[in-house]
Parts: sequence; structure tokens; C-alpha cells
Amino acid sequence: MKADVEPRPVPGRSSVAPGDVLLSLEHVSLSFGGVKALRDVSFDIRKGEIRAIIGPNGAGKTSMLNVINGFYHPQEGVITFKGKRRHDMRPYLAASQGIARTFQNVALFKGMSTLDNIMTGRTLKMRRGILSHMLHWGPAQREEIRHREAVERIIDFLEIAHIRKVPVGKLPYGLQKRVELGRALAMEPELLLLDEPMAGMNLEEKQDMSRFILTVKDTFDTTIALIEHDMGVVMDLSDRVVVLDYGRKIADGSPAAVQGDQAVIDAYLGVAH
Amino acid sequence: MLLAGQVLEVLLGGLLSGVLYSLVALGFVLIFKASGVFNFAQGAMVLLAGLAMVRCLDYLTHHEFPIWVAVLLALLFAAGIMALTAWLVQRFVLGPLVNQDGLTLFMATIGATFVLEGASQMIFGSDVYPLRLFPTDAWIIGDGIFPGGILINKLDVWGGLIAGLLVAGLAVFFQNTKTGRALRAVADDHAAAQSVGIPISWIWFVVWLVAGLVALVAATVWGTKLGVQFSITFLALKALPVLIIGGFTSVPGAIVGGLMVGAGEKLAEIYLGPHIGGGIEYWFAYVLALLVLLVRPQGLFGERIIERI
Repeated sequence: MKADVEPRPVPGRSSVAPGDVLLSLEHVSLSFGGVKALRDVSFDIRKGEIRAIIGPNGAGKTSMLNVINGFYHPQEGVITFKGKRRHDMRPYLAASQGIARTFQNVALFKGMSTLDNIMTGRTLKMRRGILSHMLHWGPAQREEIRHREAVERIIDFLEIAHIRKVPVGKLPYGLQKRVELGRALAMEPELLLLDEPMAGMNLEEKQDMSRFILTVKDTFDTTIALIEHDMGVVMDLSDRVVVLDYGRKIADGSPAAVQGDQAVIDAYLGVAH
Repeated sequence: MLLAGQVLEVLLGGLLSGVLYSLVALGFVLIFKASGVFNFAQGAMVLLAGLAMVRCLDYLTHHEFPIWVAVLLALLFAAGIMALTAWLVQRFVLGPLVNQDGLTLFMATIGATFVLEGASQMIFGSDVYPLRLFPTDAWIIGDGIFPGGILINKLDVWGGLIAGLLVAGLAVFFQNTKTGRALRAVADDHAAAQSVGIPISWIWFVVWLVAGLVALVAATVWGTKLGVQFSITFLALKALPVLIIGGFTSVPGAIVGGLMVGAGEKLAEIYLGPHIGGGIEYWFAYVLALLVLLVRPQGLFGERIIERI
């Protein structure tokens, strides 16, 4: 592996105080060939808030998340996480610095059970080597048990104990979304990115998911950035909303302020030229 | 009793030679399981491992090292070569292709095959190199029960033992270690695996290394049987029906598939051959694979993939 890998974070979390800026993006631009996915976007996410990213289809919301967790590398702009400027981000580095995410089209390990899927979230927290795990002796066994306990707590919290051993490929969509959230939570992230956590859910499932998200914010000490199309959900859950359209930021503020913003209304409803 | 003894002898011989097919098939399964790539280069890797091993062994015995030291050093040398290969493949072939389609990766391994075949023969030579790691004579058992007894090749028994150990080790590795879990995760979804902090480049290196070591084990057994030579790469073709029958994602499947192919083709050769003209051994496995494809496309032990449409 490369030598410039940054040191792993201390388990005691960062020094960022609630309300301070956890992640900031300044003048970020991202393009694929001639397609400009993000143009000069600046916004920040504060510690302990739920930050919604909304916008019409193709506005660049998912690209934004991909930039934050290191799948895409913006051509321009500065990204600062926990007070440190980031260079050359890779997804597994973002993960080791405390950024977890879920995907728009559920990206689970389909052949593996719910339990194993969530256990993969503990990968970075496990220290013992391959050999001691294979032999399953003292320290490695204790480590496995300790992480298993953490995972069981998450399973209980998400009310998915009954599907613990079921291969996730066989689960209905709503439950898969829940398992995916569980896997992200197992990483004990400082910043959790949720890409349309309620897409394709019925009302009851949406209510459950909203409840989980609010509990995560309050009890797990996790900052959340979420993309969502259901405006009711966005207005209820989020502290602040940033609106993208054609890769540009067109509004940023409290849910109420954004809702009344003329540029936002035009973007969603279309405007006569 | 004569007939029973004969059937048993053919069956046992077939099963044991089937295990040797499994050894080659295992390398395919490992890489397919962990990266979703059908690694066309597995046969070339067996050749490379065998050549590196046998040439180093010849050199050391020529310089009058004690035989067991020479064998140990030659195995280490070949393992080192396989590690280097794994690193090169990951760095220059697969690394740049992360998140690409399975077919793209498959094509890349075809390219790697030609490079490996060429390079290994350029560096280590292209003759037939005999290898004597295991005894090649035979046991006669059950002499008192069956007239003439049953003949069993010692090399095949060694092959069976080694394959058994290998499978047990691999099973524990995949089920009990966080690296094994990470391997399965990478196989299912690259992006999701990266997002939970699994470094794909490291995982791919590990899996190609393990497949390289399995290739080395296969090379020691097959090299003793046939001599280390280019035609060893064609074993990959024999592994194909084994994989189709057992399932591409299953380690036990590779074993059972190997047993079925081995036993099936020997029994067919002896008992069907005289009626339909012989030479069955060469195509029987493929017909068997075709039948399995018709009935159970994912193989006997493969994971059934249910696609949401």
C-alpha cells in the first residue's frame, strides 16, 4: 500500500464541537469530459445537524456525495474535513476518517446474510491479522465477539433481528435499505451520507426510516447529509437545506426559507423563457 | 467379484484424478468469488508456478543442496514469483479497471494470459522439465477381497490429501476472517465495499496471491504427473466443465465437480467406450457440463442470482 496513507482516526472522535463546521466545500467543480456535473459549488455541513441536499433529477446531488466520500475527484475547489484540507481522497480513506454512506440503488453484498453485511462495516475497526482469525484463538476471538455485540445492538435498534441470517438478496426493498443503513452505522461514522434513503418506500416504511434517522442523529452523535425527493420528509427532518440545479447551488438555508425561494420554485416547476 | 473389483478400481482412480482437476478449478473459483472475474490466466499461472519451482529446484540440486532444503527454497522462490505476479496484475491490469464491467476484466485476463505464458517460458525455458516431488508408483489394495486387488496411484492419493487440506484452509479463511468477509464483499459490489473502508487494491492483491499459491500446489502435483511443460496450461480447459458443474462461486463445488468429472469420464470410457467407439474421456466432461447448464445454470453449489427486473 502507499506510504502516504493518513493515520487512522482516534476512536474518541474529532475535536469538532457541535454547531461548528465539520465539512466544507469551497468552489468545487466537477466535470466528466464536456459534462459539468458540479459548477463552483460551496456549502458546509455543521457538526450534529441534518443537512439535506435537494434538487431536480440530474442536478448533481449524487455527484456531490461521490465527491464527499472520494469516488469522484473534483477538478477544482477545496474540501476541508474536520479542519484539515483533503488531497487525493479515496473511498476507503474517507471511510477510515469517519465518513459512511448508503447508495441510491441499494448496494449490499447480496450473497451474504444481514449479519455479515453489517459486520463488514466493522472492517476498519478490526485489528487482528488473518492468521489469528483463522485459528480463532484468544485475542481474535474476543475481538470478533466484541464487534459482534456492537452489530447486534444496531440490529436491535433497526428492528431487523428476525432477518439476521437471511441473505439480503432475498429481502424486500424496504428492509434492504434498512440493512444498508445498519452497515453504515456499524462504521460508527462521524458523517453519514444517505442517498435517497426513502426512495421506493411506502408511507409506513418512510415513517420508520425517518424515526431511525432522527434517533441516529440524537443518540449516535452522528452528523447526517441526505438526498431526498420527498419534500415532506425533507422539511420535517432537516436543519438546513442546500438546493442544486444543473450542477449549481441555487439556494441554501432553513427548510422554510428554501421552500419560499423563487429560484427553487422555478427550478422545480420550470420557468417560462 | 471380478466385475465389482474392476468397477471399484475405475471409480477410485477416476475420483482421485478428479481431485486433481479440482485443484486447478479452485484457482478459478477463488478469483471469481472475490472479484467476479473469470480469470482466463489461471492455466498460465499453473505453468508459471511450475516452471519457477522446477527450474529453481534443478539449479539448487545441481549445486548440491540437500534435497529437502532445495525443495523448500524452490517452493519459497515460486511463491515469491506468484506474489510478484499478483502485484503486477493488480497494479497494471486490474487496478486501472476498478468498477468496470465483468467482461472487460475477463478480456484483460486474456491479455494477461499471453503475457504470462510468453514471459514464463522466456525466463525459465520451454522444455519439458520432469519433477519428482511425490511418489508415482502404485499400491495394490484389497488383494484378498478382489482377484488381483485394486490398483491405486500414490500420486493421486497425495493429490487428494493436499486438495483436502487446501479446501479446509480456504473454507476457514473465507468464513472466519475479516479478510475473507472483505473478499466476499468485494465480489458482490466494488463501490459498496470501498465505502465501508475496504481497500480494493489490497484485496485483489490478496486474492491473486492466494490463487497463485493454489496454482503452485496444482503445479507440483500435475508437474509430477506430466512433467512441467506448456501443455499444462490446457488444464484450464478441463477445469471449465468442473466449474460449470460445481458452480463458479463454490469451493466445495469445485471439489464435487472435479470428482464427478473424474469418475464420470473414467467410467464412461471403460463401460460406454466399447459400445460407441472409445475416446469418450476427451469430451465426456463437456457433455456433462452441458446437461448441468440445461437443468441448473448456476451449477450444483453456485449462488442463484435473482435479478430485479
